[in-house]
Amino acid sequence: MHNLTLAELSRELQARRFTSEELTHAYLQRIGRFNPQLNAFITVTQDEALAAARAADARIQRGDAGPLTGVPLAHKDIFCTAGVKTSCGSKMLDNFVSPYDATVVERLKSAGMVMLGKTNMDEFAMGSSNETSFYGPVKNPWDQKRVPGGSSGGSAAAVAARLSPAATGTDTGGSIRQPAALTGLTGIKPTYGRVSRYGMIAFASSLDQAGVLTATAEDAAMLLGVMSGFDPRDSTSVDQPVPDYTAELERPLKGLRIGLPKEFFDRGLNEQVGAAVHAALDVYKKLGAQVHDISLPNFWLSVPTYYVVAPAECSSNLSRYDGVRFGHRCENPVDLLDMYTRSRGEGFGAEVKRRIMTGTYVLSAGYYDAYYLKAQKTRSLIRQDFLQAFSQVDVIMGPSTPTPAFGLGEKTDDPITMYLNDIYANGVNLAGLPGISIPMGFVDNLPVGLQIIGNYFDEARLLCVAHSYQKETDWHRRMPPGFS
Amino acid sequence: MPLSPDEVRNIAHLARLGISEGDIPRYADNLSRILDFVAQLDDADTSRVPPMAHPLDMSQRLREDLVSETSQRELYQKNAPQAEAGLYLVPKVIE
Repeated sequence: MHNLTLAELSRELQARRFTSEELTHAYLQRIGRFNPQLNAFITVTQDEALAAARAADARIQRGDAGPLTGVPLAHKDIFCTAGVKTSCGSKMLDNFVSPYDATVVERLKSAGMVMLGKTNMDEFAMGSSNETSFYGPVKNPWDQKRVPGGSSGGSAAAVAARLSPAATGTDTGGSIRQPAALTGLTGIKPTYGRVSRYGMIAFASSLDQAGVLTATAEDAAMLLGVMSGFDPRDSTSVDQPVPDYTAELERPLKGLRIGLPKEFFDRGLNEQVGAAVHAALDVYKKLGAQVHDISLPNFWLSVPTYYVVAPAECSSNLSRYDGVRFGHRCENPVDLLDMYTRSRGEGFGAEVKRRIMTGTYVLSAGYYDAYYLKAQKTRSLIRQDFLQAFSQVDVIMGPSTPTPAFGLGEKTDDPITMYLNDIYANGVNLAGLPGISIPMGFVDNLPVGLQIIGNYFDEARLLCVAHSYQKETDWHRRMPPGFS
Repeated sequence: MPLSPDEVRNIAHLARLGISEGDIPRYADNLSRILDFVAQLDDADTSRVPPMAHPLDMSQRLREDLVSETSQRELYQKNAPQAEAGLYLVPKVIE
């Protein structure tokens, strides 16, 4: 069963070829067997999953089921889940049991989906390798000496090894697309405001967006259709109709204008990854698309802009962890200041501390204009480049990451080299655009991803463009050896 | 420009973040490298560029000032490190 895509599982469940309980049991068994080596899950909700599966089976029996009813999935441990520990990968929230469900969780639950558990992640979603988690690093199923990417690394490893047919993720600066690329998955980050952020633990509120990691674009379309839409509980949720993503998948590509930014192919890009992008473009040309050379002249500003804006928002958002209402509190505080500083010092790991301090510095008196205001201006330039490009082309394509998965511990000593792994991802978040990564081949036996960037609210086109490629190729069907 | 140990101590204090003395040289080095890296932004001419406030140029949505939540104090206080009689307890603030 685990070799099937989410869409296939949905059809089999509807056809009653197996029950949700049988399916859920099979995934729980795989989790029991493989999770000890991969460390993809922080919490496995076995009893709740089986109960939800039985309820889904009853719905299917009654004829009151939707396409997702009875299909299992895993949630990144950044999404609040009522009555279930929600740690965000941090010691700070190791004891936190969420009193409510995030909107994303609630919507997928209402559709009848079965939560298998909560996946490991970089602490507070700050990282590109899943090595900053309080619960230890996650291993890449394609090579367990390598990272799965981050911050949604547990979600990526869980789906790549088929411990779950799909998983939710969040993407602040590449945290869905980069791990999807490094583990051979499809990962979509929608337009800022498309999916509600309510109940999704905040990192950088002007950049954070929820999405999914799946085997195929078709699977992603099914999930995104349910997750998307206006939510009055998120003040930045956008009130725009949600298209039927599944129905739009089969649109012909003929005449599609693909922009290829020359800046994506400068130094830093692994040559074989670059060659894989060109091979993917040949597939698109065969399908009737035209490739246009374009330029994003301010591309070089995206990572430095990101590392002002994201830490600034993080330092503000994470000030809520004060040891008063929830989260870690130090032993025997002598006064309030001691309680704040020790609780936060003990509760946060090194990367989170680095980012809080960077953010505190760039927002502090005397530096605000030089760093934060400047970065909001360069952010305008970055967005302007994309708007200009989308006046000429329908989608932008390029590599998702500069290299395939790197080794565990390889980049932990130097924050800048780690940050540069998201060089093609950061700008998309800064501009608030949707982006998807899909498998486009292998380099040194490791999967690599093609990033497709779309205009605002053009998720339907991204999914259709991705799906069209997946009908011509079978990269997304490959399974890591040892997990098939 | 490298940050001095005192600057790191000051930033950590502003952030109410306890860091051990032994870790200060490493934070000074890391933060200095990050600040040097983001200093590239100075090379961009932004003299005629407005700062971006929202990707879609939306402004904050407002709603009627009506009660929309029910009180769930007991449920929420289950996560409190220390609560009593519906109150969150903290170390003594006023002598």
